[in-house]
Formats: sequence, C-alpha cells, structure tokens
Amino acid sequence: MSTALDSIVNQPYRAGFKTDIESDVVDKGLSEDVVRLISKKKNEPEWMLDFRLKAYRHWLTMKEPEWPNVKYPKIDYQDIIYYAAPKPKATKKSMDEVDPELLKTFDKLGVPLHERAALAGVAVDVVFDSVSVTTTYKEKLAEQGIIFCSFSEAVKDHPDLVKKYLGSVVPYTDNFYAALNSAVFTDGSFCFIPKGVKCPMDLSTYFRINTQDSGQFERTLIVAEEDAQVSYLEGCTAPQFDTNQLHAAVVELVALDRADIKYSTVQNWYAGDENGVGGIFNFVTKRGLCKGEKSKISWTQVETGSAVTWKYPSCILLGDNSIGEFYSVALTNHLQQADTGTKMVHIGKNTRSRIISKGISAGRSNNSYRGLVKVSPKAENARNYSQCDSMLIGQVCGAHTFPYLEVDNKSAIVEHEASTSKIGEEQLFYFASRGIDPEEAVSMIINGFVRDVFMHLPMEFAVEATKLLGLKLEGSVG
Amino acid sequence: MSGENKIILEASGLKAQINGASILKGLDLCVRAGEIHAIMGKNGSGKSTFSKVVAGHPSYAVTDGKLEFLGEDLIELAPEERSKKGIFLGFQYPIEVPGVTNGAFLRLAYNSIQAARGGDELDPLEFDDFIQEKLRLLKMDSGFLDRSLNEGFSGGEKKRNEILQMAILEPKLAILDETDSGLDIDALRIVANGVNAIHSDDDAIVLVTHYQRLLNYIEPDFIHVMEGGKIIKTGTKELALELESKGYDWVVDEYKAKAA
Repeated sequence: MSTALDSIVNQPYRAGFKTDIESDVVDKGLSEDVVRLISKKKNEPEWMLDFRLKAYRHWLTMKEPEWPNVKYPKIDYQDIIYYAAPKPKATKKSMDEVDPELLKTFDKLGVPLHERAALAGVAVDVVFDSVSVTTTYKEKLAEQGIIFCSFSEAVKDHPDLVKKYLGSVVPYTDNFYAALNSAVFTDGSFCFIPKGVKCPMDLSTYFRINTQDSGQFERTLIVAEEDAQVSYLEGCTAPQFDTNQLHAAVVELVALDRADIKYSTVQNWYAGDENGVGGIFNFVTKRGLCKGEKSKISWTQVETGSAVTWKYPSCILLGDNSIGEFYSVALTNHLQQADTGTKMVHIGKNTRSRIISKGISAGRSNNSYRGLVKVSPKAENARNYSQCDSMLIGQVCGAHTFPYLEVDNKSAIVEHEASTSKIGEEQLFYFASRGIDPEEAVSMIINGFVRDVFMHLPMEFAVEATKLLGLKLEGSVG
Repeated sequence: MSGENKIILEASGLKAQINGASILKGLDLCVRAGEIHAIMGKNGSGKSTFSKVVAGHPSYAVTDGKLEFLGEDLIELAPEERSKKGIFLGFQYPIEVPGVTNGAFLRLAYNSIQAARGGDELDPLEFDDFIQEKLRLLKMDSGFLDRSLNEGFSGGEKKRNEILQMAILEPKLAILDETDSGLDIDALRIVANGVNAIHSDDDAIVLVTHYQRLLNYIEPDFIHVMEGGKIIKTGTKELALELESKGYDWVVDEYKAKAA
C-alpha cells in the first residue's frame, strides 16, 4: 500500500476515553447465582427470573458457533463481568440528577442528554455498561400512547407487553449468544407504538461500555401495532482497552398489519489497535418479524467498529405482502474481522425483500458478507433482490461473499448481484492527475460506494456516519 | 511553428524504471507552446510509460536525466501538483468509479485546479452552466453528468469523457495516451474536433498513438518514433504515412546502422 493510502486509513479512535465513575460491579464469572443476582439487583418479578434461568440452563448445553469466517481466541465466559452499573446518587427524577460525569461523557460523544440540548426530534435512551441511565422525551411520547423506556422499566411497568413479545422473535434457544443474552441481559430499550400511531420523532438508544472486562448484554424490543410507524436509531462506542470485551445483544422487532419499522445502527465499538490488541467482540442477534400483512421492516447498519463482528439482522416475512429490507455498510481496517449479512425468510405470499450490502476492507482486515434468502413452499410470488459489493483498500485485506439461496417455490424470483472494486494506486493516480489529492479522492470514492446505503439513513445519522467513515479513512497525507 | 515559442516540456537523457526494470533509457524531447507532437512506436517501446512519468505515476522512478515543465523541475512533484500546474493526462484506460457521479467528479477536479490557480470555484449550479458548452463541444448530453464516473461507459464514451475533462481543466500540456483506441470513425472525429477546438498557441499537445488514423484529424507538427525507451527518429507528419505503409522496422534498422 502506498504511504498516502496508508496514512489515510489509519486514524485514531476518538471515543476511546474512559469515564472515571464509581461502579457497582459483580465479580467476574457466570453461574446460576450470578443470574439470580442480576435479576435481584434489578428487582425483577419471578417470571423474568424464570426466563433467565431457562435460558441459562439451555445455554449450558450449547456450543459456541464455529462456522463464521472469523478467528479469535477462545472466550473464557468465567472471566467476564456480567453486571457493572454506575453507582446511583439516589433515585433520579429528572436529568438534573444524572451524574455530571455521565453528562460529560455523553456530551463528549456528541449525545447531549439534556432535552433542551438534545438533537432536535430524537428521543434517546442511554445505556452505560449494564444499565439505562436516562431516557429523554418520555412524557411527550406517552401523550400519544408510545412507550419508550429502558428494558428494566418495561419489565416493571408493562409486564404484559414484555411477557407477550419477549423471545417471540428470537427465542432463548435460538443460538449460543442469544441464550447467553437471555440469561444475563441487564438493560436495553423497549419501544411500543400503539395502533395507528406514527411516532413523531426518531427513537434512539446510545450504548456505551465503560468498565474493563465487562460484557454488555442488552436487549431491545420494538413492537409496532397495526398501522404504526417508527424509526429507531442505535449508536455505540467503548473506551480503548487492551483486553477484549464481549457485546452480545439481542434485538427483536415485531410489526403487525401495515406497521413499518425502520431500524438504523451506527456501530463504532472500539476496534482494537493496529496490531489487533483489544477491541469488542460484537456477537449480536437481530431479527424482525413482519407478523402482519403489508408490514415492513427495514434494517440499515453502518458497522465500523469492533475487533470481531458477527451479526445478521434478519426479517421473517410471515404476513402476506410484507417487505423486508437490509442496507449495510461494513468497514474493517487493521486486523478487524466482520462476518455480517442478513437472512430474509419468505413465508407469506407476495413477500418482497431487498438486500444492499457494501463491504469496505482496509489494512489486513477481513470482511465477509453472509446472507440467506429462503423462500418457503407457501410463499407464492416471493421476490428478492440482493446486491453485494466489496471494496478493497490496499493489497493485503480480504473480502468474501457467502450467499445462500434456498428456494422451495417455483413462482419465486431471486436475483443476486456482486461486485468487487478497489482503491489502489491506479484509482488515486487517476484522481491525482485531475488535481484531486489522495485524501479527497478516497473520501469521494468511499462516499460514492456507500451512497445507496446512506440514503436510507435518517438525515442526522447519515451526517454522523459520513463523518465516522471520514474519521476512519481520512487523515493527513504523509 | 517557430523555435522561439516558450518551452512547455523538456526531457533530456530521461531514464525511468518500474520495479527495477528500466523502461525509459535516455529520452530527449522538447515541446513548445502551440505545438502538437505525436509519439508513435511499437508495443512495449515505452510510449505509455513516458506519459505516466510526465504525469507522475508513483510506480515509476526517474533514475536519471532532466524533466522540466515551464522551466521547473517536475521529478519531485506529486501527480496532483503536476496537474495543478497544468499537466493533463488523457488515460488509455480511464478508471471506473461506481457511485461517484461524473458531474461531482468533474466539479471537484475543476475546483481543485481553479483553487491552485487562484481562480473562482463554482457551486453545482454555476458549474452546470459552465459545463453545458463543453458538453456540446463533445456532443455529449447532460445525462452524462448524472452517471457514475466511467462506469458502464462504452469505449468511445470514456474517451470523450477524458477530452471533456481536458476541456474544463484547460491544461498547458495535454498528453493523450492512445485516445484513438476503441473509437469508431464518428467518435474519432468528435474527439479530434474537440481537441482541435481546445488547442491554442498557449498550450501544447502530445499524442501517443499506434496508428496514423488519428493524425488525419489532429495534425501534428512533429512525429517521434520511440523504440527501446528512446526517441530514435523525429520527422514531420509525412513520417506517419511512411510508418503506416512500411511499419517500424526500417526506422529501427536505420537507427542501429547509425549507432554502429
């Protein structure tokens, strides 16, 4: 790789600071007692503890998956802190009671917690290590019957809804990490949009892992009733540690008749250093159920962080005429590894799905797209279009595409397109010969490459994501 | 063309290599304002290498000799610096860039070069007005601007797009590397007319080509024959016709005889 290109792709991580705050931390290790302790710390009802214990017992029977195209040292599940929470000063009633250290932290990350300073039109739930520290605009949303709160609050205040939908899309038996999450999850967000309501603002959760050696196991559940609409955003960062931290989240979305859920993620977990030391293991299960007819679930993700990413935001297209979409940009640099993609499972009639995946590999990283399109025997007239483009920056990175097509209905039309391009000396020389310096050239090529995906991000998020790609890929030309 | 015109490009004893292999082995060339030069020669004679060395391709290292543009040493300059000073390379194989619109690319290039020359940069609307006339020159419709840079362009469209870039960047020296390859006769005429319209007494053009065909439309003042990384013969446009009918071997033989 030319030196110009080299310095462009090697930028420091700007969210890598640690907040000095007193934390309530449970000793490392996992056992039934730890599961009970987490549940007790959260004052959970019996049914919630039951769910956790069932999941834990099932998890003990499971094996860590080995099929992803990623390599990492064996995780010692007894060497992880399963609960870490900033010590509360007292029960807080308003933002003014949130620990100033936390306010400062999130200000620094560009997520102001005061409603008056908050991003216009975005309600934010903020999760710091294991707990939600605040949720903005809660009351305003409640006026329309929208519930937006931390998962812990939902368990207390809306047990019937949680009981009805928790595990209905991702059962605890689903996979190794989903089982682990179901046993030890500590917080997350809950959104409920009642029948006929179009959520007036974007809902957002910002996840921050602060404690070294802690894992983050959050759970997000979004339910949109008949004709409801919501756009939800998720952002994440973590300080720089030279040890790996495990992030194993579960996200479940449920869309009833004609409901529309748009879920956008900008993931910027710490990726480890240029030698692959430290960074987050991001093993996440995200799935949406298009339960009702004409329902729609759209995933947009920008994955830039984590040492290892393993996630497949998926759609189960159960309702007739339902629509699933997946738009993804995954950027890997240095020794980062990503194995990400989606699953579109067509069950209902006339179901449609669309997959646009853009992988960018730089440094010595490895980037894989893995996607399943399954058309079940009853899914008459199912349609899928998949497009998987890879971009290589430099000579020693890897890009892989693993498409799986399982079509059991003759009326289905399934299309898959793939391309690979690269930013190398020839591309930069072409731009240079038109007076465009390498930094601007890389930025223009990358922005062009991701355009089809970024156009699906909400405006503020698109700006943030563009900046983030810039940070990851721009720098002074040496 | 007179010998008194200002020297635009001067190479003398120019040697260059790529990955340790010598390609240019002592090339001499002097190009003055207002002139059109054609460099011809067999495959592998070093024609394309010479164009890339002048434009500053990072894979090529100049190991000896002089290379000056308007009296200034070029050898240490980055390629973007060279283009800002007024050197333009028309690519034999223009790069395709999905997702980057041709219009946005052209405007960024134009503004980069304007900024370097102390000229006014144009916003998208102003640029759109500015480029219409240039598009007409090359018989391109404005739909071209909305397409991804060179992506899915036919061979002819790519070459026209190169000349469009030349038209908006107004270089002092344009080196057109096999601009005629892949063009049908109509496209060749459009491209040639474009180049002729852009060319003036202030700038110079170097055409790198295999064939005489292009020279029917763009009339050169000098023809150079390249062989083994050097210019071994220089003549007027009649030389091109002679090469077309007799091939290159006689020039090489003549050169060897002279050297011996």
